[in-house]
Amino acid sequence: MPAMTMTEKILARHAQKASVVPDENIWVDADILMTHDVCGPGTIGVFKHHFGKDARVWDREKVVIIPDHYIFTEDKMANRNVDTLRQFVKEQNLPYYYDVGTDKYKGVCHIALPEEGHTRPGEVLFGTDSHTCTAGAFGEFATGIGNTDAGFVLGTGKLWLKVPPTMRFIFHGELPPYLMAKDLILAVIGDIGCDGATYRAMEFAGDGVFALNIEERMTLCNMVIEAGGKNGVIAPDKVTLDYVNSRNKSGKPYEVVSTDPGAKFCFEKVYDVRKLEPVVAKPHSPDNRAAVSEVKGTKLDRAYIGSCTGGKMTDFRAAARILKGHTVKIDTFVVPATSEIAQGLRAELINGQTLEQIFLNAGAKIGAPSCAACLGGPSDTFGRLNTPLSCISTTNRNFPGRMGHKEAKVFLASPLTVAASALSGTISDPRECM
Amino acid sequence: MQSTISGKAYVLGDNVDTDQIIPAQYLTYNPAVAEEYKMFGKYALSSVPPAQAGLPKGHVPFHTRDEFVSDYKIIVAGKNFGCGSSREHAPIALDAAGIQCVVAEFYARIFFRNSVNGGYIIPFETSDRLCEQICTGDELKLDVAAGVLHNLTTKEKWQLKPLGEVAPIIDAGGIFAYAKKVGMLKA
Ligand code: SF4
Repeated sequence: MPAMTMTEKILARHAQKASVVPDENIWVDADILMTHDVCGPGTIGVFKHHFGKDARVWDREKVVIIPDHYIFTEDKMANRNVDTLRQFVKEQNLPYYYDVGTDKYKGVCHIALPEEGHTRPGEVLFGTDSHTCTAGAFGEFATGIGNTDAGFVLGTGKLWLKVPPTMRFIFHGELPPYLMAKDLILAVIGDIGCDGATYRAMEFAGDGVFALNIEERMTLCNMVIEAGGKNGVIAPDKVTLDYVNSRNKSGKPYEVVSTDPGAKFCFEKVYDVRKLEPVVAKPHSPDNRAAVSEVKGTKLDRAYIGSCTGGKMTDFRAAARILKGHTVKIDTFVVPATSEIAQGLRAELINGQTLEQIFLNAGAKIGAPSCAACLGGPSDTFGRLNTPLSCISTTNRNFPGRMGHKEAKVFLASPLTVAASALSGTISDPRECM
Repeated sequence: MQSTISGKAYVLGDNVDTDQIIPAQYLTYNPAVAEEYKMFGKYALSSVPPAQAGLPKGHVPFHTRDEFVSDYKIIVAGKNFGCGSSREHAPIALDAAGIQCVVAEFYARIFFRNSVNGGYIIPFETSDRLCEQICTGDELKLDVAAGVLHNLTTKEKWQLKPLGEVAPIIDAGGIFAYAKKVGMLKA
């Protein structure tokens, strides 16, 4: 059998083939299909239109529905969309639905999926959201699809795919305390461009990657789509398995898959993390990278710490380290990705203060777990840029209009850089606050 | 699949992302509801920065007479068209606005899939940088099967890249029709 990358191996197994090669078209079986309130109603519409009003989903144990995008809003259409999900879950009697206004409510789908034990090594995960690639951090093939594809999967459990060639990014060395996974992935996207991985898989490896905790690995995989990547992936190790096993409530077995020695990569790049610097992506593209030192002093109106990219415990711990005992100079919004993380902010202490107290004492506002202003949303969304403000954000995209107003300027950066900038009101280097 | 597509060109640049094609605030409409599908046409391309809207001059509104359907039929763009989110609302918005095909240098993967699998618009690729050769408002005629694009205004013509492996899906009208044709789904 030819040597294969882990992406190729996972896809081959799910196509019942001994091997696959890049660019081959195959039909694969899905292990999980995830949808949310923005794309769920359309997906359900496609499913009913093609399979019939009374059709059943292919496997109720494999469908996960997570309302997260437009949750805390008065917008009637947005609330109607959650009702559509609720109705479908009832009709189909689906076990994995994390409803708004109940104890089960979670928040951002890409963080909720692993927390609730829906991510496992070796699996194939499809989601109606481009950042579904986040779950590659668990050693699985995970990618975003549209409503039609998702409707097709709901009915058949299958989807055609073109096997992507794999690009490999190797990080060596120990990450200095002023850098985070966000700096690494912004460096990669800055190097290859926001189309540099179009139709390709991005595999991350090297001791610098395996030294990262699971949340930081998720940040790396989360942003592969910002380079156009189909999926991001990291081979599972003890860190991965410890996390997955502690969350895998269903006890579903899984198979650890890793890249064969001698597998072919279409591109390879090696980084020494000790030589990297804190970076930002300037408006209006995630590949518009600049070292913080080059844009230091740029005036800001607002700071935002949240989303699937920058709203996890590791992100808040980092921000709190900088904000503790200080006061922010600009409006600063903190949005935990999920309710579990919101609880973590209330429970975790740094020198006797909870993270929540640290943020509130610094003058930041804390929102309820959801996508919030990461993608703009209805005009009453927490933190939304309703006027052409300049904002530094831990989110993943800064295309025109992404966080609301189409002339707003969004700078993407790590939680350390965002927190340092919140304190001065200008883009600032976290090294000066540490 | 239609044999020819004719109409006016609307020209855009590189990296036109899905937030520009259909801003997130309108994603509350459900494309599965017919009256709501129309609304995507109204807001199609509404977040394109004005200077980049309707090249080479820019500041050309995408809708002229009708607020839901545009007079333009073919979008000509540069690299990485449709990057960003997985929202199928993006090709839906173009379809609802009356766009029949896009000619770009290449596409973001999910946008391309959604266009083909949903059967909304035909995503043609070109090795020429047509977004710098065609002007907004030029009358175009596309011979779909041959992949030849004529500019009736300037009398130029270009050979586009073959649709390749997605041609049978486009031909069938989308992934469901295709799956029925090849026996994957019951007809
Ligand atoms: S937090 Fe932002 S990027 Fe993540 S799923 Fe929500 S809208 Fe998308």
